[in-house]
Amino acid sequence: MSEILIVAEHANGKLNPSTAKCVTAASKISGAKIAVAVFAASGAAVAAEAARLAGVNKVITVDHAANEHALAAVIAPQVAALAAPYSHVFGPSTTFGKDLMPRIAAILDAPQLSDVMAIESATRFVRPIYASNAIITVEVEAGAKIVATVRTASFEAAATGGNAAPIEAGNVDVELPKHTRFVGLAAAKSDRPDLQTAARVISGGRALGSADAFKIIYSLAEKLGAGVGASRAAVDAGYAPNDMQVGQTGKIIAPELYIAIGISGAIQHLTGIKDARTIVAINKDSEAPIFEVADIGLVGDLFSIVPELEKQIAAGK
Amino acid sequence: MKKILVGIKRVVDYNVRVRVKPDGSGVMLDGVKMSINPFDEIALEEALRIKERGEAEEVVVVTMGAADCQQQLRTALAMGADRAIHIESNDPIEPLTGAHILQKLVEREQPFLVILGKQSIDGDNNQTGQMLAQLWNRPQATFASKVELSAKAAKVTREVDAGLETIEVDLPAVITTDLRLNEPRYVKLPDIMKAKKKPLETLPVADLGVELKTRVKILKTEPPAARQKGKMVKDVSELVAALRQKGLV
Repeated sequence: MSEILIVAEHANGKLNPSTAKCVTAASKISGAKIAVAVFAASGAAVAAEAARLAGVNKVITVDHAANEHALAAVIAPQVAALAAPYSHVFGPSTTFGKDLMPRIAAILDAPQLSDVMAIESATRFVRPIYASNAIITVEVEAGAKIVATVRTASFEAAATGGNAAPIEAGNVDVELPKHTRFVGLAAAKSDRPDLQTAARVISGGRALGSADAFKIIYSLAEKLGAGVGASRAAVDAGYAPNDMQVGQTGKIIAPELYIAIGISGAIQHLTGIKDARTIVAINKDSEAPIFEVADIGLVGDLFSIVPELEKQIAAGK
Repeated sequence: MKKILVGIKRVVDYNVRVRVKPDGSGVMLDGVKMSINPFDEIALEEALRIKERGEAEEVVVVTMGAADCQQQLRTALAMGADRAIHIESNDPIEPLTGAHILQKLVEREQPFLVILGKQSIDGDNNQTGQMLAQLWNRPQATFASKVELSAKAAKVTREVDAGLETIEVDLPAVITTDLRLNEPRYVKLPDIMKAKKKPLETLPVADLGVELKTRVKILKTEPPAARQKGKMVKDVSELVAALRQKGLV
Protein backbone atom coordinates (compact mmCIF):
# COMPACT_ATOMS: atom_id res chain seq x y z
CA MET A 1 0.00 0.00 0.00
CA SER A 2 1.39 3.35 -1.00
CA GLU A 3 0.91 6.28 1.36
CA ILE A 4 1.82 9.54 -0.32
CA LEU A 5 2.54 12.84 1.38
CA ILE A 6 2.33 15.91 -0.84
CA VAL A 7 3.86 19.20 0.28
CA ALA A 8 1.43 21.95 -0.72
CA GLU A 9 2.72 25.03 -2.51
CA HIS A 10 0.84 28.21 -1.72
CA ALA A 11 1.18 31.98 -1.50
CA ASN A 12 -1.05 34.77 -0.24
CA GLY A 13 -3.56 32.34 1.23
CA LYS A 14 -4.10 30.50 -2.05
CA LEU A 15 -3.11 27.01 -3.11
CA ASN A 16 -0.82 26.96 -6.14
CA PRO A 17 -2.27 24.86 -9.02
CA SER A 18 0.96 22.82 -8.93
CA THR A 19 -0.40 21.00 -5.86
CA ALA A 20 -3.48 19.73 -7.74
CA LYS A 21 -1.11 18.35 -10.37
CA CYS A 22 0.91 16.53 -7.71
CA VAL A 23 -2.34 14.96 -6.50
CA THR A 24 -3.04 13.65 -10.00
CA ALA A 25 0.50 12.28 -10.25
CA ALA A 26 0.14 10.53 -6.87
CA SER A 27 -3.19 9.03 -7.91
CA LYS A 28 -1.40 7.19 -10.75
CA ILE A 29 -0.04 4.81 -8.11
CA SER A 30 -2.73 2.17 -7.69
CA GLY A 31 -4.37 2.14 -4.28
CA ALA A 32 -2.51 5.26 -3.20
CA LYS A 33 -3.70 7.07 -0.09
CA ILE A 34 -2.93 10.75 -0.46
CA ALA A 35 -2.29 13.31 2.27
CA VAL A 36 -1.53 16.97 1.57
CA ALA A 37 0.51 18.89 4.14
CA VAL A 38 0.18 22.68 4.39
CA PHE A 39 3.00 24.55 6.11
CA ALA A 40 2.00 28.14 6.73
CA ALA A 41 1.76 30.85 9.37
CA SER A 42 -1.97 30.33 9.18
CA GLY A 43 -3.00 27.68 6.68
CA ALA A 44 -6.73 27.16 7.18
CA ALA A 45 -7.85 28.66 3.85
CA VAL A 46 -5.20 26.79 1.88
CA ALA A 47 -6.03 23.54 3.70
CA ALA A 48 -9.73 23.97 2.87
CA GLU A 49 -8.83 24.34 -0.79
CA ALA A 50 -6.63 21.22 -0.70
CA ALA A 51 -9.40 19.23 1.02
CA ARG A 52 -11.69 19.82 -1.96
CA LEU A 53 -9.28 18.22 -4.46
CA ALA A 54 -10.47 14.89 -5.82
CA GLY A 55 -8.35 11.99 -4.56
CA VAL A 56 -7.10 13.65 -1.37
CA ASN A 57 -7.74 11.49 1.71
CA LYS A 58 -6.49 13.87 4.36
CA VAL A 59 -5.05 17.35 4.81
CA ILE A 60 -2.54 18.14 7.53
CA THR A 61 -1.92 21.73 8.60
CA VAL A 62 1.22 22.82 10.37
CA ASP A 63 0.79 26.43 11.46
CA HIS A 64 3.90 28.18 12.74
CA ALA A 65 5.10 31.77 12.53
CA ALA A 66 8.36 30.49 11.00
CA ASN A 67 6.34 29.13 8.05
CA GLU A 68 5.30 32.60 6.91
CA HIS A 69 7.74 32.34 3.99
CA ALA A 70 8.57 29.06 2.32
CA LEU A 71 12.18 28.65 3.45
CA ALA A 72 13.46 25.18 2.52
CA ALA A 73 15.73 24.83 5.55
CA VAL A 74 12.80 25.61 7.87
CA ILE A 75 10.13 23.47 6.19
CA ALA A 76 12.26 20.39 5.41
CA PRO A 77 12.65 19.15 9.02
CA GLN A 78 8.90 19.59 9.58
CA VAL A 79 8.06 17.53 6.51
CA ALA A 80 10.54 14.88 7.59
CA ALA A 81 8.91 14.78 11.04
CA LEU A 82 5.57 13.93 9.41
CA ALA A 83 7.04 11.48 6.89
CA ALA A 84 7.39 8.30 8.97
CA PRO A 85 4.13 6.60 7.90
CA TYR A 86 4.53 7.52 4.22
CA SER A 87 6.14 5.57 1.39
CA HIS A 88 6.47 8.60 -0.91
CA VAL A 89 6.89 12.35 -0.44
CA PHE A 90 5.98 14.46 -3.47
CA GLY A 91 6.33 18.15 -4.25
CA PRO A 92 5.97 20.16 -7.45
CA SER A 93 8.90 20.70 -9.79
CA THR A 94 8.59 24.45 -9.37
CA THR A 95 11.28 26.60 -7.76
CA PHE A 96 9.47 25.96 -4.44
CA GLY A 97 9.71 22.18 -4.77
CA LYS A 98 13.14 22.14 -6.39
CA ASP A 99 14.52 24.14 -3.46
CA LEU A 100 12.80 22.11 -0.75
CA MET A 101 12.50 18.45 -1.74
CA PRO A 102 16.23 17.51 -1.85
CA ARG A 103 16.61 18.72 1.75
CA ILE A 104 13.77 16.39 2.75
CA ALA A 105 15.39 13.53 0.84
CA ALA A 106 18.67 14.17 2.66
CA ILE A 107 17.01 14.00 6.08
CA LEU A 108 15.11 10.83 5.15
CA ASP A 109 18.19 9.29 3.48
CA ALA A 110 15.92 8.69 0.50
CA PRO A 111 16.66 8.91 -3.22
CA GLN A 112 14.95 11.75 -5.08
CA LEU A 113 13.48 11.55 -8.57
CA SER A 114 13.34 15.00 -10.17
CA ASP A 115 10.77 16.14 -12.73
CA VAL A 116 8.71 12.95 -12.82
CA MET A 117 6.62 12.99 -16.01
CA ALA A 118 4.90 9.59 -15.74
CA ILE A 119 4.41 7.00 -13.02
CA GLU A 120 4.23 3.29 -13.92
CA SER A 121 4.07 1.83 -10.43
CA ALA A 122 4.94 2.64 -6.83
CA THR A 123 8.62 2.11 -7.63
CA ARG A 124 8.82 2.78 -11.37
CA PHE A 125 8.97 6.32 -12.74
CA VAL A 126 9.67 8.14 -16.01
CA ARG A 127 11.71 11.34 -16.09
CA PRO A 128 13.66 13.45 -18.59
CA ILE A 129 17.42 13.93 -18.74
CA TYR A 130 19.65 16.01 -21.07
CA ALA A 131 17.06 18.79 -21.44
CA SER A 132 14.43 16.18 -22.37
CA ASN A 133 16.51 14.85 -25.25
CA ALA A 134 16.34 11.48 -23.50
CA ILE A 135 13.61 10.01 -21.34
CA ILE A 136 14.52 7.40 -18.75
CA THR A 137 12.42 4.83 -16.96
CA VAL A 138 13.84 4.13 -13.51
CA GLU A 139 13.20 1.58 -10.81
CA VAL A 140 13.83 2.53 -7.18
CA GLU A 141 15.12 -0.23 -4.90
CA ALA A 142 12.44 -1.90 -2.81
CA GLY A 143 11.98 -0.63 0.72
CA ALA A 144 13.37 2.86 0.19
CA LYS A 145 11.19 5.88 0.83
CA ILE A 146 10.87 7.82 -2.40
CA VAL A 147 11.04 11.60 -2.71
CA ALA A 148 9.99 13.10 -6.02
CA THR A 149 9.29 16.38 -7.73
CA VAL A 150 6.42 16.28 -10.19
CA ARG A 151 6.75 17.92 -13.60
CA THR A 152 3.55 19.93 -13.50
CA ALA A 153 3.24 20.24 -17.30
CA SER A 154 2.87 16.43 -17.51
CA PHE A 155 -0.25 16.07 -15.36
CA GLU A 156 -3.73 17.59 -15.41
CA ALA A 157 -4.86 19.29 -12.21
CA ALA A 158 -7.06 17.14 -9.96
CA ALA A 159 -10.71 18.17 -10.06
CA THR A 160 -11.92 20.42 -7.30
CA GLY A 161 -15.27 20.67 -5.52
CA GLY A 162 -16.38 17.06 -5.20
CA ASN A 163 -14.36 16.18 -2.12
CA ALA A 164 -14.29 17.14 1.53
CA ALA A 165 -11.24 15.42 3.00
CA PRO A 166 -10.74 15.69 6.76
CA ILE A 167 -8.34 18.40 7.92
CA GLU A 168 -6.20 17.80 10.98
CA ALA A 169 -3.46 19.71 12.76
CA GLY A 170 -0.06 18.05 12.38
CA ASN A 171 2.05 17.44 15.42
CA VAL A 172 5.57 18.54 14.56
CA ASP A 173 8.02 18.82 17.40
CA VAL A 174 11.33 19.72 15.81
CA GLU A 175 13.84 22.48 16.32
CA LEU A 176 13.72 24.95 13.44
CA PRO A 177 16.92 26.57 12.18
CA LYS A 178 17.29 30.35 12.47
CA HIS A 179 20.16 30.68 10.02
CA THR A 180 17.97 31.65 7.04
CA ARG A 181 15.90 34.85 6.86
CA PHE A 182 13.46 36.08 4.25
CA VAL A 183 14.28 39.63 3.13
CA GLY A 184 11.86 40.35 0.30
CA LEU A 185 10.22 39.32 -2.94
CA ALA A 186 10.24 41.49 -6.04
CA ALA A 187 7.32 40.11 -8.01
CA ALA A 188 6.17 41.55 -11.28
CA LYS A 189 2.62 42.80 -10.90
CA SER A 190 0.50 41.85 -13.87
CA ASP A 191 -3.11 41.04 -14.69
CA ARG A 192 -2.03 38.50 -17.29
CA PRO A 193 -2.73 34.81 -16.72
CA ASP A 194 -0.01 32.91 -14.89
CA LEU A 195 2.56 31.59 -17.35
CA GLN A 196 2.58 28.09 -15.86
CA THR A 197 -1.16 27.53 -16.03
CA ALA A 198 -2.26 29.75 -18.93
CA ALA A 199 -4.13 28.03 -21.77
CA ARG A 200 -2.42 30.35 -24.23
CA VAL A 201 1.15 31.63 -24.05
CA ILE A 202 2.97 34.06 -26.29
CA SER A 203 6.75 34.23 -26.02
CA GLY A 204 9.24 36.69 -27.40
CA GLY A 205 12.89 36.10 -28.24
CA ARG A 206 16.07 37.96 -28.96
CA ALA A 207 14.73 39.22 -32.30
CA LEU A 208 12.52 41.68 -30.41
CA GLY A 209 15.69 43.67 -29.86
CA SER A 210 14.63 45.67 -26.79
CA ALA A 211 12.44 45.67 -23.70
CA ASP A 212 10.39 48.38 -25.35
CA ALA A 213 9.70 46.22 -28.39
CA PHE A 214 8.24 43.55 -26.07
CA LYS A 215 5.18 45.82 -25.86
CA ILE A 216 3.84 44.30 -29.08
CA ILE A 217 3.99 40.88 -27.40
CA TYR A 218 2.12 42.13 -24.32
CA SER A 219 -0.46 43.81 -26.51
CA LEU A 220 -1.15 40.67 -28.55
CA ALA A 221 -1.25 38.63 -25.32
CA GLU A 222 -3.88 40.95 -23.92
CA LYS A 223 -6.09 40.45 -26.98
CA LEU A 224 -5.79 36.67 -26.62
CA GLY A 225 -5.96 36.51 -22.83
CA ALA A 226 -2.56 34.85 -22.96
CA GLY A 227 0.35 34.55 -20.56
CA VAL A 228 3.69 35.93 -21.71
CA GLY A 229 6.99 34.07 -21.82
CA ALA A 230 10.47 34.72 -23.13
CA SER A 231 13.51 32.85 -24.37
CA ARG A 232 16.68 32.76 -22.31
CA ALA A 233 18.33 35.09 -24.83
CA ALA A 234 15.61 37.70 -24.32
CA VAL A 235 15.88 37.46 -20.54
CA ASP A 236 19.69 37.59 -20.60
CA ALA A 237 19.49 40.69 -22.77
CA GLY A 238 17.17 42.34 -20.25
CA TYR A 239 14.14 42.50 -22.56
CA ALA A 240 12.01 40.49 -20.11
CA PRO A 241 12.24 39.55 -16.40
CA ASN A 242 13.62 36.18 -15.27
CA ASP A 243 10.24 34.84 -14.18
CA MET A 244 9.17 34.80 -17.82
CA GLN A 245 11.91 32.43 -18.99
CA VAL A 246 10.63 29.26 -20.65
CA GLY A 247 12.94 26.26 -21.05
CA GLN A 248 15.20 23.67 -19.44
CA THR A 249 16.21 25.93 -16.59
CA GLY A 250 13.16 28.18 -16.61
CA LYS A 251 9.51 27.20 -16.71
CA ILE A 252 8.21 24.04 -18.37
CA ILE A 253 4.75 24.74 -19.72
CA ALA A 254 1.95 22.90 -21.54
CA PRO A 255 -0.53 25.44 -22.92
CA GLU A 256 -3.18 24.72 -25.57
CA LEU A 257 -1.57 27.35 -27.79
CA TYR A 258 2.04 28.52 -27.78
CA ILE A 259 3.14 31.30 -30.10
CA ALA A 260 6.93 31.73 -30.38
CA ILE A 261 7.84 35.11 -31.81
CA GLY A 262 11.39 35.82 -32.87
CA ILE A 263 12.65 32.73 -31.06
CA SER A 264 15.10 30.54 -32.97
CA GLY A 265 14.35 27.44 -30.88
CA ALA A 266 17.47 26.31 -29.01
CA ILE A 267 17.03 22.78 -27.60
CA GLN A 268 16.97 24.25 -24.11
CA HIS A 269 13.94 26.35 -25.07
CA LEU A 270 12.14 23.52 -26.91
CA THR A 271 12.35 21.45 -23.71
CA GLY A 272 10.03 23.93 -22.07
CA ILE A 273 7.27 23.74 -24.69
CA LYS A 274 7.29 20.12 -25.86
CA ASP A 275 3.97 19.42 -24.18
CA ALA A 276 2.17 22.39 -25.76
CA ARG A 277 -0.86 21.30 -27.81
CA THR A 278 -0.29 23.64 -30.76
CA ILE A 279 2.94 25.53 -31.44
CA VAL A 280 2.99 28.52 -33.76
CA ALA A 281 6.34 29.97 -34.83
CA ILE A 282 6.93 33.39 -36.34
CA ASN A 283 10.51 34.02 -37.40
CA LYS A 284 12.31 35.76 -40.22
CA ASP A 285 14.80 32.90 -40.61
CA SER A 286 13.13 30.02 -42.46
CA GLU A 287 15.93 27.69 -41.27
CA ALA A 288 15.29 28.38 -37.56
CA PRO A 289 14.99 25.11 -35.58
CA ILE A 290 11.70 26.29 -34.05
CA PHE A 291 10.03 25.44 -37.39
CA GLU A 292 10.99 21.76 -36.90
CA VAL A 293 8.56 21.49 -33.98
CA ALA A 294 5.97 24.10 -34.95
CA ASP A 295 2.50 23.01 -36.03
CA ILE A 296 2.07 26.26 -37.93
CA GLY A 297 4.99 28.34 -39.15
CA LEU A 298 5.14 31.80 -40.68
CA VAL A 299 8.36 33.27 -42.06
CA GLY A 300 8.59 37.03 -42.02
CA ASP A 301 9.24 40.23 -40.13
CA LEU A 302 7.70 40.00 -36.68
CA PHE A 303 7.35 43.79 -36.44
CA SER A 304 4.82 43.78 -39.25
CA ILE A 305 3.29 40.34 -38.56
CA VAL A 306 2.49 40.77 -34.86
CA PRO A 307 0.46 44.02 -35.13
CA GLU A 308 -1.35 42.60 -38.19
CA LEU A 309 -2.10 39.38 -36.30
CA GLU A 310 -3.49 41.37 -33.40
CA LYS A 311 -5.65 43.42 -35.78
CA GLN A 312 -7.08 40.39 -37.57
CA ILE A 313 -7.79 38.53 -34.32
CA ALA A 314 -9.54 41.59 -32.90
CA ALA A 315 -11.53 42.03 -36.11
CA GLY A 316 -12.79 38.46 -35.98
CA LYS A 317 -14.20 38.66 -32.49
CA MET B 1 42.35 30.74 5.60
CA LYS B 2 39.01 31.83 4.15
CA LYS B 3 38.19 29.18 1.60
CA ILE B 4 35.48 28.72 -0.98
CA LEU B 5 34.80 25.20 -2.20
CA VAL B 6 33.40 24.93 -5.72
CA GLY B 7 32.02 21.69 -7.15
CA ILE B 8 32.19 21.09 -10.88
CA LYS B 9 31.00 18.28 -13.14
CA ARG B 10 32.20 17.06 -16.51
CA VAL B 11 29.19 16.92 -18.83
CA VAL B 12 28.34 16.77 -22.51
CA ASP B 13 28.89 20.25 -23.92
CA TYR B 14 25.93 22.62 -23.91
CA ASN B 15 25.87 22.82 -27.73
CA VAL B 16 25.86 19.08 -28.43
CA ARG B 17 22.57 17.57 -29.52
CA VAL B 18 22.37 14.44 -27.40
CA ARG B 19 21.08 11.28 -29.05
CA VAL B 20 19.76 8.09 -27.52
CA LYS B 21 21.48 4.79 -28.44
CA PRO B 22 19.29 2.65 -30.70
CA ASP B 23 19.29 -0.22 -28.17
CA GLY B 24 17.91 2.05 -25.41
CA SER B 25 20.89 1.46 -23.14
CA GLY B 26 21.77 5.12 -22.73
CA VAL B 27 22.87 8.13 -24.74
CA MET B 28 25.70 8.28 -27.26
CA LEU B 29 28.79 9.73 -25.59
CA ASP B 30 31.62 8.43 -27.80
CA GLY B 31 33.63 11.24 -29.29
CA VAL B 32 31.26 13.88 -27.95
CA LYS B 33 32.72 17.19 -26.74
CA MET B 34 32.79 17.38 -22.94
CA SER B 35 32.91 20.57 -20.86
CA ILE B 36 32.46 21.95 -17.38
CA ASN B 37 28.72 22.03 -16.59
CA PRO B 38 27.74 25.65 -17.45
CA PHE B 39 26.17 26.33 -14.05
CA ASP B 40 29.37 25.13 -12.36
CA GLU B 41 31.44 27.47 -14.50
CA ILE B 42 29.25 30.29 -13.17
CA ALA B 43 29.84 28.97 -9.63
CA LEU B 44 33.60 29.07 -10.15
CA GLU B 45 33.47 32.54 -11.69
CA GLU B 46 31.54 33.82 -8.66
CA ALA B 47 34.09 32.30 -6.27
CA LEU B 48 36.96 33.87 -8.21
CA ARG B 49 35.29 37.29 -8.15
CA ILE B 50 34.76 37.02 -4.39
CA LYS B 51 38.43 36.17 -3.97
CA GLU B 52 39.50 39.01 -6.27
CA ARG B 53 37.47 41.43 -4.13
CA GLY B 54 39.52 40.26 -1.15
CA GLU B 55 36.61 38.51 0.53
CA ALA B 56 38.18 35.05 0.28
CA GLU B 57 41.72 33.76 0.24
CA GLU B 58 41.55 30.45 -1.58
CA VAL B 59 39.29 28.82 -4.16
CA VAL B 60 39.34 25.02 -4.12
CA VAL B 61 37.64 23.18 -6.96
CA VAL B 62 36.44 19.58 -6.66
CA THR B 63 34.99 17.05 -9.05
CA MET B 64 33.98 13.38 -8.95
CA GLY B 65 34.34 10.83 -11.69
CA ALA B 66 36.78 8.87 -13.84
CA ALA B 67 40.31 10.02 -14.71
CA ASP B 68 39.21 12.07 -17.72
CA CYS B 69 37.38 14.61 -15.56
CA GLN B 70 40.82 15.95 -14.61
CA GLN B 71 40.63 17.85 -17.92
CA GLN B 72 37.81 19.95 -16.50
CA LEU B 73 39.73 20.47 -13.25
CA ARG B 74 42.68 21.77 -15.30
CA THR B 75 40.33 24.17 -17.08
CA ALA B 76 39.05 25.33 -13.69
CA LEU B 77 42.63 25.88 -12.51
CA ALA B 78 43.31 27.85 -15.68
CA MET B 79 40.29 30.02 -14.93
CA GLY B 80 41.91 30.84 -11.60
CA ALA B 81 41.13 28.20 -8.96
CA ASP B 82 44.07 27.74 -6.58
CA ARG B 83 43.97 23.96 -6.29
CA ALA B 84 41.90 21.01 -7.34
CA ILE B 85 40.66 17.78 -5.80
CA HIS B 86 39.64 14.82 -7.92
CA ILE B 87 37.42 12.26 -6.18
CA GLU B 88 38.07 9.20 -8.29
CA SER B 89 35.21 6.87 -9.12
CA ASN B 90 34.44 4.87 -12.23
CA ASP B 91 30.90 4.20 -11.07
CA PRO B 92 28.01 6.63 -11.42
CA ILE B 93 27.36 8.67 -8.27
CA GLU B 94 23.77 9.45 -7.25
CA PRO B 95 23.10 13.00 -5.98
CA LEU B 96 22.70 12.01 -2.33
CA THR B 97 25.98 10.07 -2.42
CA GLY B 98 27.64 13.04 -4.10
CA ALA B 99 26.36 15.26 -1.31
CA HIS B 100 27.81 12.88 1.30
CA ILE B 101 31.17 13.00 -0.48
CA LEU B 102 31.10 16.81 -0.57
CA GLN B 103 30.22 16.84 3.11
CA LYS B 104 33.39 14.84 3.86
CA LEU B 105 35.41 17.41 1.93
CA VAL B 106 33.68 20.25 3.74
CA GLU B 107 34.73 18.67 7.06
CA ARG B 108 38.31 18.49 5.83
CA GLU B 109 38.55 21.88 4.12
CA GLN B 110 36.28 23.97 6.38
CA PRO B 111 35.15 26.44 3.70
CA PHE B 112 33.01 29.43 4.67
CA LEU B 113 31.16 29.09 1.41
CA VAL B 114 30.35 26.24 -0.98
CA ILE B 115 29.19 27.27 -4.44
CA LEU B 116 27.69 24.73 -6.84
CA GLY B 117 25.70 24.91 -10.06
CA LYS B 118 21.97 24.58 -9.51
CA GLN B 119 21.80 21.56 -11.80
CA SER B 120 23.95 19.62 -14.20
CA ILE B 121 22.71 19.67 -17.76
CA ASP B 122 23.08 15.90 -18.13
CA GLY B 123 21.04 14.47 -15.25
CA ASP B 124 19.01 17.67 -14.70
CA ASN B 125 18.53 16.62 -11.07
CA ASN B 126 18.93 19.92 -9.21
CA GLN B 127 19.53 18.17 -5.87
CA THR B 128 23.15 18.04 -4.73
CA GLY B 129 23.54 21.54 -3.28
CA GLN B 130 20.37 21.34 -1.24
CA MET B 131 21.28 17.86 0.01
CA LEU B 132 24.75 18.99 1.04
CA ALA B 133 23.29 21.97 2.91
CA GLN B 134 20.98 19.66 4.86
CA LEU B 135 23.67 17.05 5.65
CA TRP B 136 25.97 19.86 6.78
CA ASN B 137 23.07 21.40 8.75
CA ARG B 138 23.71 24.78 7.14
CA PRO B 139 21.61 27.24 5.13
CA GLN B 140 21.18 27.17 1.37
CA ALA B 141 20.55 29.91 -1.14
CA THR B 142 19.58 28.21 -4.39
CA PHE B 143 19.20 29.63 -7.92
CA ALA B 144 21.27 32.71 -7.05
CA SER B 145 21.38 35.68 -9.40
CA LYS B 146 23.18 38.05 -6.99
CA VAL B 147 25.42 37.41 -3.98
CA GLU B 148 26.52 40.04 -1.46
CA LEU B 149 28.79 38.95 1.39
CA SER B 150 29.25 40.51 4.79
CA ALA B 151 31.36 39.21 7.67
CA LYS B 152 28.91 36.64 8.94
CA ALA B 153 26.16 36.39 6.33
CA ALA B 154 25.35 36.40 2.66
CA LYS B 155 22.48 38.29 1.09
CA VAL B 156 21.38 36.35 -1.96
CA THR B 157 18.86 37.22 -4.66
CA ARG B 158 17.21 34.10 -6.02
CA GLU B 159 15.41 33.50 -9.32
CA VAL B 160 12.05 32.02 -8.29
CA ASP B 161 8.83 31.42 -10.23
CA ALA B 162 7.21 34.54 -8.79
CA GLY B 163 10.13 36.87 -9.53
CA LEU B 164 13.26 37.68 -7.52
CA GLU B 165 13.40 36.62 -3.88
CA THR B 166 16.07 37.91 -1.50
CA ILE B 167 17.12 35.94 1.54
CA GLU B 168 19.88 36.34 4.07
CA VAL B 169 21.81 33.27 5.21
CA ASP B 170 24.39 32.92 7.96
CA LEU B 171 27.81 31.65 6.94
CA PRO B 172 28.96 29.04 6.28
CA ALA B 173 26.37 28.30 3.63
CA VAL B 174 25.76 26.58 0.31
CA ILE B 175 24.90 28.70 -2.71
CA THR B 176 23.71 27.26 -6.02
CA THR B 177 23.94 29.37 -9.14
CA ASP B 178 21.44 30.41 -11.76
CA LEU B 179 22.29 31.58 -15.27
CA ARG B 180 22.39 35.30 -14.71
CA LEU B 181 24.69 35.44 -11.69
CA ASN B 182 27.68 36.32 -13.89
CA GLU B 183 29.38 35.66 -17.20
CA PRO B 184 32.33 33.32 -16.79
CA ARG B 185 35.68 34.54 -18.07
CA TYR B 186 37.53 33.03 -21.01
CA VAL B 187 40.67 31.10 -20.29
CA LYS B 188 43.86 32.59 -21.73
CA LEU B 189 46.72 30.49 -23.05
CA PRO B 190 49.33 31.57 -20.44
CA ASP B 191 46.84 30.61 -17.74
CA ILE B 192 46.56 27.12 -19.23
CA MET B 193 50.35 26.78 -18.96
CA LYS B 194 50.32 28.07 -15.37
CA ALA B 195 47.48 25.72 -14.45
CA LYS B 196 49.71 22.72 -15.19
CA LYS B 197 51.82 23.62 -12.16
CA LYS B 198 48.91 24.08 -9.76
CA PRO B 199 48.21 21.28 -7.25
CA LEU B 200 45.72 18.59 -8.24
CA GLU B 201 45.09 15.95 -5.60
CA THR B 202 43.47 12.62 -6.42
CA LEU B 203 41.47 10.80 -3.75
CA PRO B 204 39.92 7.38 -4.37
CA VAL B 205 36.30 7.60 -3.31
CA ALA B 206 36.82 4.60 -0.98
CA ASP B 207 39.25 6.68 1.13
CA LEU B 208 36.44 9.03 2.14
CA GLY B 209 34.43 6.33 3.85
CA VAL B 210 31.27 7.02 1.84
CA GLU B 211 29.36 4.00 0.64
CA LEU B 212 28.44 4.16 -3.06
CA LYS B 213 24.80 3.14 -3.18
CA THR B 214 22.82 2.54 -6.34
CA ARG B 215 19.23 2.90 -5.33
CA VAL B 216 17.80 4.12 -8.61
CA LYS B 217 18.31 1.79 -11.57
CA ILE B 218 17.80 3.01 -15.14
CA LEU B 219 15.71 0.39 -16.93
CA LYS B 220 15.64 2.03 -20.33
CA THR B 221 16.48 5.24 -22.15
CA GLU B 222 14.27 6.44 -24.98
CA PRO B 223 14.18 9.41 -27.30
CA PRO B 224 11.36 11.85 -26.55
CA ALA B 225 8.14 11.56 -28.53
CA ALA B 226 8.84 13.48 -31.73
CA ARG B 227 6.59 16.35 -32.75
CA GLN B 228 5.41 16.23 -36.34
CA LYS B 229 6.67 19.04 -38.47
CA GLY B 230 3.59 21.12 -39.23
CA LYS B 231 2.65 23.32 -42.14
CA MET B 232 3.94 26.67 -43.25
CA VAL B 233 1.49 29.49 -43.94
CA LYS B 234 2.31 32.36 -46.27
CA ASP B 235 0.76 35.31 -44.44
CA VAL B 236 -1.14 36.48 -41.38
CA SER B 237 -4.57 35.80 -42.95
CA GLU B 238 -3.66 32.15 -43.49
CA LEU B 239 -2.28 31.95 -39.96
CA VAL B 240 -5.48 33.34 -38.45
CA ALA B 241 -7.56 30.99 -40.63
CA ALA B 242 -5.51 28.00 -39.42
CA LEU B 243 -5.90 29.07 -35.79
CA ARG B 244 -9.66 29.56 -36.25
CA GLN B 245 -9.95 26.11 -37.82
CA LYS B 246 -8.36 24.62 -34.70
CA GLY B 247 -10.65 26.72 -32.52
CA LEU B 248 -7.69 28.49 -30.92
CA VAL B 249 -8.73 32.10 -31.52
